[in-house]
Amino acid sequence: MSVIVTDTGFAEDDWAGPVADLTSDADPAGLAALLEAPLVRVAFPGFADGRGFTLAARLRRLGYRGRLRAAGHVIADQYAMARRAGFDEVEIDAALSARQPEDQWLARADWRAGDYRARLRGA
Amino acid sequence: MYDYNDFDRDFVARRVAQFRAQVARRIDGSLTEEEFRPLRLMNGLYLQLHAYMLRVAIPYGTLNSAQMRQLAMIAERWDRGYGHFTTRQNIQFNWPRLVDVPDILDALAEVGLHAIQTSGNTIRNVTADPFAGAAADEIADPRPVAELIRQWSTDHPEFQFLPRKFKIAVTGSPADRAVTAAHDIGLRIIERDGARHYQVLIGGGLGRAPMIGKVLHEALPEADLLPYLEAVVGTWNLLGRRDNKYKARIKITVHEQGIDRIRTLVQEEFERIRPDFPGFDRQILAQIEHHFAPPRFARKSVVAYEAARAADPVFRAWADTNLTEHRDPDHAIVTVSLKKHGAIPGDATAAQMRLLADLAKAHGHDELRITQSQNVVLPHVHKADLPAIHAVLRGAGLATANIGLASDIIACPGLDYCALATARSIPVAQGIARAIEALKIEHEVGALEIKISGCINACGHHHVGHIGILGLERGGVETYQVTLGGDAGPDAALGDRTGPGFAYDQIVPAIERLILAYLDLRAHAEERFVDAYRRLGADPFKAALYGAAEKADAA
Repeated sequence: MSVIVTDTGFAEDDWAGPVADLTSDADPAGLAALLEAPLVRVAFPGFADGRGFTLAARLRRLGYRGRLRAAGHVIADQYAMARRAGFDEVEIDAALSARQPEDQWLARADWRAGDYRARLRGA
Repeated sequence: MYDYNDFDRDFVARRVAQFRAQVARRIDGSLTEEEFRPLRLMNGLYLQLHAYMLRVAIPYGTLNSAQMRQLAMIAERWDRGYGHFTTRQNIQFNWPRLVDVPDILDALAEVGLHAIQTSGNTIRNVTADPFAGAAADEIADPRPVAELIRQWSTDHPEFQFLPRKFKIAVTGSPADRAVTAAHDIGLRIIERDGARHYQVLIGGGLGRAPMIGKVLHEALPEADLLPYLEAVVGTWNLLGRRDNKYKARIKITVHEQGIDRIRTLVQEEFERIRPDFPGFDRQILAQIEHHFAPPRFARKSVVAYEAARAADPVFRAWADTNLTEHRDPDHAIVTVSLKKHGAIPGDATAAQMRLLADLAKAHGHDELRITQSQNVVLPHVHKADLPAIHAVLRGAGLATANIGLASDIIACPGLDYCALATARSIPVAQGIARAIEALKIEHEVGALEIKISGCINACGHHHVGHIGILGLERGGVETYQVTLGGDAGPDAALGDRTGPGFAYDQIVPAIERLILAYLDLRAHAEERFVDAYRRLGADPFKAALYGAAEKADAA
């Protein structure tokens, strides 16, 4: 049973609509075709594979306004990066949610604070 | 100098608190060892041969006296009383305990220092010309833009888990003392049509596939810098190889994809990112530039300096060797050698650090710099103060007159400390320096850059040494390969390998033969080693290394 992490903590997956899955090695030239998808789920096959952060940022820059989910091996320490890169939420499995419980994720729910890049953009 | 504002202070405090929690979460099992590793690395903490090593950034090579004193305090309180300055303007502490590291990071934060992104697959600490703001040949001070890049790259959400490490260097001088062509991105400040631009090089790097950087953009307008950098790193983040760490650096991506394709992809992404930066970064840069306004230079007589030069040959030799022309003719840039013959290149004791801090406070507008050659610089010294400074340095064993000479050797820590090393480098550097000193020929030989790496990762920059030495392990014994003709300056070049390697006890005599042969071969006393090599080619130098008989056999 997977867990959805947002700024308010852990929740069950409430999504029943179609899911557009994106692998971390996806060709960025194909991102424009996803702009109308209601939910895009970007795979993190391992937490050290940081391509998903750039894919998310690029989707947002192309104008994607739907729900954007990081799914797989994302650790609590990466929650702020995921949110800043444009993800709305993170999907993790039960084992990871047990090893890194909700409080470890909520510790970075303040991801808007201390964001150098946002400050340089005037955001 | 840049002073942390509330935002910076708050950021660093949060970061230390996060790391403290990460150490605790590693211990309680929340983080696996595999997960903890990149988190400790992006906070500067390595696991080395014997112990943890903490690598602290000296931002773009600039320190004030309070910061230097704090480094001395850390060396004494949590380490063994010394630190090691590196070729990338860091200081490394070789013996901290893991449990003490958060406290060390707190102590660094107190004086506006940090260890953030000094390791890991992140954008590393930005390096710059150590003579920035002081050199007579400078177009613009590179430190403000280096600080801007520090802010942009720090905790950048896209770039904390890159394919591999990523290094940026900036120079504001055509002399390029920042080795920009050996960086993933090298920025050279240039003037074009009366406005400041950047020449952007990418794909330089040493290591096992050494490459000189290629020009990606001839003249990037100043205002486009951050979105352009973001486009470069983002393009590589998606394209860079993650199947083989030895092929992950951007130099390989450029080699495989071609510079023209990379340029096209970067330009497309740049145009999408550009609107994200409407100009607040320019306002912040303008604020940063205020911090780097030149000091108010004193006006006083330089008679004492001229008198000391005339009266004291030891002072004169030091002044001729260790001073560089300052933008103000009554001032000088002083390079203090950490390469006393037989010493460990780059090591400084806490007492030496404090002495240098005192000199900077008393005579140097409170500024110190760390060079890519592992020495310390007092960038703004009035010539009238030089005799007093020299006397203090001499009393502390810091007045060695060898900057840019044969014993001013770059050496990585090598097998004495490093987990990656395949051979010792420090004892080889010590041996060469002692041999040169015994022959008393150093000043006759003149400008000569010897660089030593203890493994193929080339932290000692051997590829760009006039004489490069690479220590490897073959069948359980150390062997040292020699390269000649490398250049770390604006016309950067990789050295040529001479032939078979030398055993540990043979490498110092081999280098000695090479230097003596150069003295016979050079056209005149002003022809540098590297210029003689370029004029004559490798053959006469190989003959000196391997002997005429061996050469005849090979032919």
